[in-house]
Amino acid sequence: MCGGQGGVYSGCMCGIAGLYIKSPAMEAQLGEHLSRMLEQLSFRGPDSAGVAFYRDPAPAGSCKISLCAADPAPDWAAIGDQLTNAFGGASPPRVRASHAMFVVEAEAERVQGWLSEHHPELRLMSAGSSIEIYKQAGPPVEFVRRFQIEQLDGSHALGHTRMATESRVTTEHSHPFSTGLDLCLVHNGSLSNHNRLRRNLRREGIHFQTDNDSEVAAGYLTWRLREGESLEQALEGCLDDLDGFYTFAVGTSDGFAVLRDPIACKPAVMAETDEWVAMASEYRAIAVLPGAEQAVAWEPEPGRVYSWGRAPVA
Amino acid sequence: MAAPDAIQEALSVDLATESVRALNQRLHSDLEPRRVQVINPAGRHSIAVGMAAAHDVEIDGHVGYYCAGMNQHATVRVHGNCGVGVAENMMSGTVVVEGSASQSAASSARGGLLVVHGDASARCGISLKGAEVVVRGSVGHMSAFMAQKGSLVVCGDAGEALGDSLYEARLYVRGSVATLGADCVEKEMRAEHVEHLSQLLERAELDDVPASEFRRYGSARELYNFHVENLGSY
Repeated sequence: MCGGQGGVYSGCMCGIAGLYIKSPAMEAQLGEHLSRMLEQLSFRGPDSAGVAFYRDPAPAGSCKISLCAADPAPDWAAIGDQLTNAFGGASPPRVRASHAMFVVEAEAERVQGWLSEHHPELRLMSAGSSIEIYKQAGPPVEFVRRFQIEQLDGSHALGHTRMATESRVTTEHSHPFSTGLDLCLVHNGSLSNHNRLRRNLRREGIHFQTDNDSEVAAGYLTWRLREGESLEQALEGCLDDLDGFYTFAVGTSDGFAVLRDPIACKPAVMAETDEWVAMASEYRAIAVLPGAEQAVAWEPEPGRVYSWGRAPVA
Repeated sequence: MAAPDAIQEALSVDLATESVRALNQRLHSDLEPRRVQVINPAGRHSIAVGMAAAHDVEIDGHVGYYCAGMNQHATVRVHGNCGVGVAENMMSGTVVVEGSASQSAASSARGGLLVVHGDASARCGISLKGAEVVVRGSVGHMSAFMAQKGSLVVCGDAGEALGDSLYEARLYVRGSVATLGADCVEKEMRAEHVEHLSQLLERAELDDVPASEFRRYGSARELYNFHVENLGSY
C-alpha cells in the first residue's frame, strides 16, 4: 500500500520517477539525474526509497542478480565463491550498502533456485540481464547518499519514494518490486482487492514476500506475462482486474511503460526532449532535468498504456 | 484582463533564489496593485495563492499545484502548464494559462475567470460555485461534477460523465461529449445563451471561436431537491 485517499485533489502520497535516456552521451549521468528527481519527490514519500537501474548488460549466457541482506552484512565474497563453484563462474560482488550484485555464468532461473535453497536468508531484489534494484527504508536523500545512486550510469531507471499508509515501513515493503526477469514495478496508489487477488495468484504459483498491495500488482503482471501476454496486454488486464487507484511505471530491459487507473486520482506528468523521456508524479521532479524548460510536457490520459523503449513493449 | 490602473513598477521575483513563501508574503502585504514577474517557477506548488489585491502577475514557466488559488482581484498569466488545482476556490480576478492545466482546475471557484489555452484534464470545474471557466482545448472526465453556479466553456471535447450531479452551472461544449453524467442533459441553445457564451469568449479573448458552434448542457433537475417553480424563492 502506498498513498492514501486522493480525493478531489490527488493526495500528495508516494512519488514515482522514470527516466529514459535517448542520447548515449547522457547515459553516464543517469544516476545523477534520477537522484535529483527523487530528491524533489522526497516530500511525497519520506518513509523509504528505491530505484531500478538498467545498465551494463551481462554477457550472453550470464545473468545479473541483485541481493539484499539484513544487518550485519554477510560475507559477500564467500557467497561469490560459492556461486563460482556452483555455476563455473561469477563476478566478485559489487556491494552497495546492504545490497550486492553478482554476474553469474548461468541462466537467472537456475541461480534463483540455487539461492533460495542455499541462502534463504538473502532477499532477491532483481534478476535479469541488465536490471539492478536497490531500495531501503528511511529518508530518500539518505538512501541516495548511502547507495551512491549518483554514480550509476545506464540507459534508463525508475525510482520511488514511499509514504506508507497501511502495510509496514520496511525495505521489503519498499518499491520497486521485481515482476520477473528484467521487469519491475513502482506504484503510487492503493488497491482494495489485493487480498483476494493474492490468494488467486498464489494458487497460480506466484510467490509473495510481503502483505503489500503493490507487490500483488507486480505478481499479477508476472502471472500475465508468464501466461504469454505482452506487457501492454498485461497492463491492460490491470484495468479490468485491479480495484483501486494507481499510477504504475513498469521497467523493462528496453524502456518503461506507464499506466494510470481510469479514475486517475493519482497524478502523473510526462515530458520529452531529444535527449530523454521522463515521467514523474509531479512536474517539479522533471524541472531539474537539463533542457526541461524546452521539453514537451503533458499529462498521460487515464486508462491508456504509454511506453518507451528501444524495442516496442507489445 | 487589462492591467490595473494604479500599477506600480514591475517587480521581478526569481524562484531559483527566493522562496514561494517569500513571494506570497510580498503579494499579500502589498495592498497597492503591483506588476510582478515570476521566473524559474520549476513546477513549485502554491505560487501566487491567496492574493487580495489587483496585482498583475506573469509567471514564466510551468507551475505546480494550486497556482493562484483563492485569488481575489488579481490577474495571473502562466506562460506554461499548471499542476493540480489552478485557481481553486478563486473568488474574483482572472487567471490565464497559456499551456495546459492538470486536474481540478478552478475547483470550487466562486468568481472570476479562468482561461486555459491548452487542455484541462479530469474534474475541470468540479464543484464550481460561480466562476467562469473557458478552455480552448478539451477537458477530461468528471468535469463540472456537482457544479452549482457559473459556466464551463469547452472549445474542444469533453471526457466521460460531464456535469454529473450538476446543479445550476451552465456548460457549453463545442466538440463531442464522451458521456453525460447523471442528471446532465443537453438543452436548447437559445439566443440568450449564444449572447452569454459570446460574452464569455470575448472576455477570454478567443475571437476565432464562434458561439453558434456550441451545444449547451445543464441539469435535468431531477436529482437534487430543487423545484424550478420555486426558483423565485431561492
